[in-house]
Amino acid sequence: MSNSTSRDAILGRIRHSLGRPAQMPDTPPDTPDEVTDRLKNPVANLIPARAQLPHAQQIDLFIKMATQVSATVTRVGSPDDIPREVARYLADQNLPARVRVAPDAGISGLAWDQTMLDISAGIAGPEDAVSVTPSFAAVAETGTVMVRSGPDHPYTLNLLPDTHIVVVHASRVTGCYEDVWARLRQSEGHGNMPRTFLWVTGPSRTGDIEQTIQLGAHGPRRLHIVLVDDT
Amino acid sequence: MHRALPVAIRKGNNAMHVSTSPKFRENAHDALLDQSLQRALGRLKTGFKDKRSAAIAALPEFEALRDKAVEIKNHTLENLDHYLTAFEANVKANGGHVHWCKDSEEACQTILKICRDKDAKSVLKGKSMISEEIGLNAFLEKQDLQVVETDLGEYIIQLRHEPPSHIIAPAIHVHKEQVADSFRATHKGRDPNRVLDEPRDLLDEAREVMREHFFAADIGITGANFLIAETGTSVIVTNEGNGDLTQTLSRVHIAVASLEKVVPTLEDASTILRVLARSATGQEMSSYTTFSTGPRRAEDLDGPQEYHVVLLDNGRSNMLGTDFQDMLRCIRCAACMNHCPVYGAVGGHAYGWVYPGPMGSVLTPSLIGINQSGHLPNASTFCGKCEEVCPMRIPLPKMMRHWREREFEKHLGASSVRYGLKGWAFMASRPRLYRAATGLAARLLRILGGGRGALRSLPFAGGWTQIRDLPVPEGKTFKQLWEEQQKNKSRQDGGPK
Ligand code: SF4
Repeated sequence: MSNSTSRDAILGRIRHSLGRPAQMPDTPPDTPDEVTDRLKNPVANLIPARAQLPHAQQIDLFIKMATQVSATVTRVGSPDDIPREVARYLADQNLPARVRVAPDAGISGLAWDQTMLDISAGIAGPEDAVSVTPSFAAVAETGTVMVRSGPDHPYTLNLLPDTHIVVVHASRVTGCYEDVWARLRQSEGHGNMPRTFLWVTGPSRTGDIEQTIQLGAHGPRRLHIVLVDDT
Repeated sequence: MHRALPVAIRKGNNAMHVSTSPKFRENAHDALLDQSLQRALGRLKTGFKDKRSAAIAALPEFEALRDKAVEIKNHTLENLDHYLTAFEANVKANGGHVHWCKDSEEACQTILKICRDKDAKSVLKGKSMISEEIGLNAFLEKQDLQVVETDLGEYIIQLRHEPPSHIIAPAIHVHKEQVADSFRATHKGRDPNRVLDEPRDLLDEAREVMREHFFAADIGITGANFLIAETGTSVIVTNEGNGDLTQTLSRVHIAVASLEKVVPTLEDASTILRVLARSATGQEMSSYTTFSTGPRRAEDLDGPQEYHVVLLDNGRSNMLGTDFQDMLRCIRCAACMNHCPVYGAVGGHAYGWVYPGPMGSVLTPSLIGINQSGHLPNASTFCGKCEEVCPMRIPLPKMMRHWREREFEKHLGASSVRYGLKGWAFMASRPRLYRAATGLAARLLRILGGGRGALRSLPFAGGWTQIRDLPVPEGKTFKQLWEEQQKNKSRQDGGPK
């Protein structure tokens, strides 16, 4: 059984292999400043040039990269346009009008009654075929959308439905992943993470049968991004 | 074709996979004659290699990112005790548990205890090579727990009672007709005349079947591509989304990870992520990269109620400070096997244990002992391609030579291997002669190969290479090409400075 003896034995062996003296219970930890600093003040390593564009170009790159990985993107002028865009997309794709949305004021509080959609908010269940969720940020570098779990964003909404519609605000599109970590530290406090923080780069896929790529393995078959121009 | 598969897996009655690595020669011989396997291996090029080249060509900073990734891992390994304790403290601060396990047995027992404490009947699994390493499925099944693999490839080989033959494409050796047979035999109560001809039909059926499992699971076990010390987070990288559903819909999420998966910060993980998917599948980023920290928060509407990290040593702490420390940088991208002429000829099962290809030839002897894996370090043409493509710049050929030297010292090798090695050592210590001889050999092989592009036999190579086609060296040796390139470069730069 795993216990403190195993912990001490493993750490002891690591220290021995690294040529460090054994750590006794009463000796103070010998963590070098280099390690403590790195953990306290995380620094970005190398950021690719493509992630360091002016904001307008970042948005173009985000759209290009997301499209390359089989997501679809539509730009709308304001949050009020979201319900109509969702209705249009579902009609175009001939998808069900029953939609499960995140219980997030920015989504569930929209004027859905102007559409013919059947809207409910909460976690996703086996019968939910379409979801609409907010996002935390998006990254131009690889067309990646970042979503986080929380009371207003049940995690199952990202994975269970066959079609995931995610709302991205243009002001939240950044160049690189490192920018997102900076924003997350700002909103959560250093070292804090939500239970789950997910990077979504295109819909679910698999190449496990004869190396032929198929979309919609266990997660969504379609990822539709509604990009709200709020800048 | 009856390749010798690890026996314990086939019978499902032993915690640790029994290695057939000592039989590499026999396994390889059988694999070369297995037409169906050869057809499957033919797909490596378009499936992985071409895509990798394209992804790398699209990112000018790729080489510099590799250097950074190496630097991060080296720094972490030099401070492994500090980063692991920081990771542990942060998991605990977020309400999770860390279980330190010395070996496979302890890890399996720890996981079993968590299952028993929760009165669990069913265990769902996301893809995890560590769980293969510790023989977890067989162990849990023996304890009457139902274990279901959720990754499509893992699910297929689970139904076929086989070990994975590739670390990221476990069912790469299986054809769609064989998948259809397994599905018909397993998924009862469905129309026996249903169409299962195409990958899409098969995927749709698997998806449906898996949904039922997802909603019934007690325990969800995933691996971890990274552990982040700064936040106490485990990270999985997947394309299917199965790992996410596994860990979200279960009451308990257990992440099984080996010690060396830890990195200091979110930024450090991000740097390595930039080289991981590109090296593995040639994607710029995998579909899902999931950062999991602790159990669900009090206000959350879904997510697991408990979060455990099973931290496995299994011999790795002994690799630190040795010739094999660099191997602990490995991020399991599989680029080395995708590009290895030996793997490409014999596939993964011939290697006889969990980890195939060049990384397996180095890692397997470290983990289960050279006696159990005798011939693996010889499963190489020393073409150097593995090191060239390894994003973590692991000197795989050098390490295989280390093992060969150790094997040689122990007189485990057959006499032909020993003499070959002696010859090599003689040449290697005389660089000019070595260069001339390898250059000569390349020219000679090209002539022997004629227009066919492959050779049936290679003088001096002996053993299993006698029956396989060696790729004809493409003209010059790497060294010759490199030297020429350097000359051209200095010409362009206006001569040597
Ligand atoms: S040894 Fe290198 S190339 Fe092979 S799996 Fe590990 S990181 Fe990838």
